[in-house]
Amino acid sequence: MKKTCLSTIALAAALFTASTAWATPATDELLTRYTAEGASSFDAARGGKNWEKKVKGEDGETMSCQTCHGEDLGKSSKHHKTGKVIEPMAPSINKERLTEVKKIEKWFKRNCKDTWARECTPQEKGDFLKFLLAR
Amino acid sequence: MRSPYLAALLAAALLASSGTALAEETLFGWLISPFRQKEVKPVDNKAYKEECSACHMAYPPGLLPSRSWEKLLNEQALGDHFGDDASLDGDTLREIHDYAMENAADKSFHKRSRKIALATENGEAPLRIIEVRYIKRKHHDIPEKMISGNKDVKSLSFCSKCHTRADDGNFDSDTVSIPNYPDWED
Repeated sequence: MKKTCLSTIALAAALFTASTAWATPATDELLTRYTAEGASSFDAARGGKNWEKKVKGEDGETMSCQTCHGEDLGKSSKHHKTGKVIEPMAPSINKERLTEVKKIEKWFKRNCKDTWARECTPQEKGDFLKFLLAR
Repeated sequence: MRSPYLAALLAAALLASSGTALAEETLFGWLISPFRQKEVKPVDNKAYKEECSACHMAYPPGLLPSRSWEKLLNEQALGDHFGDDASLDGDTLREIHDYAMENAADKSFHKRSRKIALATENGEAPLRIIEVRYIKRKHHDIPEKMISGNKDVKSLSFCSKCHTRADDGNFDSDTVSIPNYPDWED
């Protein structure tokens, strides 16, 4: 009985992972980590809403993820201050995206602080990943 | 005992007088630094290049004195790097901090770096490269319309917009090409 139960969970987990078009070992690892940190049932739609959410910063500038990443995730964009080209975020276009745990965490930390003036919660980060992985 | 030493010194001086290491302003300056090279040492550290150029040009460490890098490259300062969060993990930060410190203007044997070191030797620690007196002086003749008023340049901080060989550490005026002002000459 117990064994069947476990294998059902394993199968469900496999299906769950496979359902995200561009999942990588790095994103699987992170989603597992965020779940362990208290998040649950990640939602791409919620991630998308947060991605577009506009927040007013200390200097009065209204920012969202789109300020630097642009409106089309399949296209490159520019950093709002330095003008540095930012390659497309969509993993379907840019295969290097979301493949390194360390890199993903680094940019979450920096960009959440720059845009929302705080670090993102595990739930928000997982939702963002789900949203981006479907692109 | 003395003669092999002298011969070696002479050989070194002769070697240095040809090729990349070129003359100083004064004979004395040249005598005490025969290995000095032109321009600025290009960035040759992978972590430094990758991390810094993720957001802007990876400025060669030889453009600022070590006092400046010490102020810029620590955990607290990177948390608010000119208004942006540029924090790094401990190991990476240590590597790029040490690299910048070892190659800062005051440690460099490159001529342009030496001039920057001289211009900041009174304890100055500019946080922005455009605040370095030597660099300000070098650009003060260039009209605003060619820099801040130029939509393809915008600021002096974007070195590589005009310094076409900035990536090689070359800031010689012969290599300058100002966007929208093709006829500009120093």
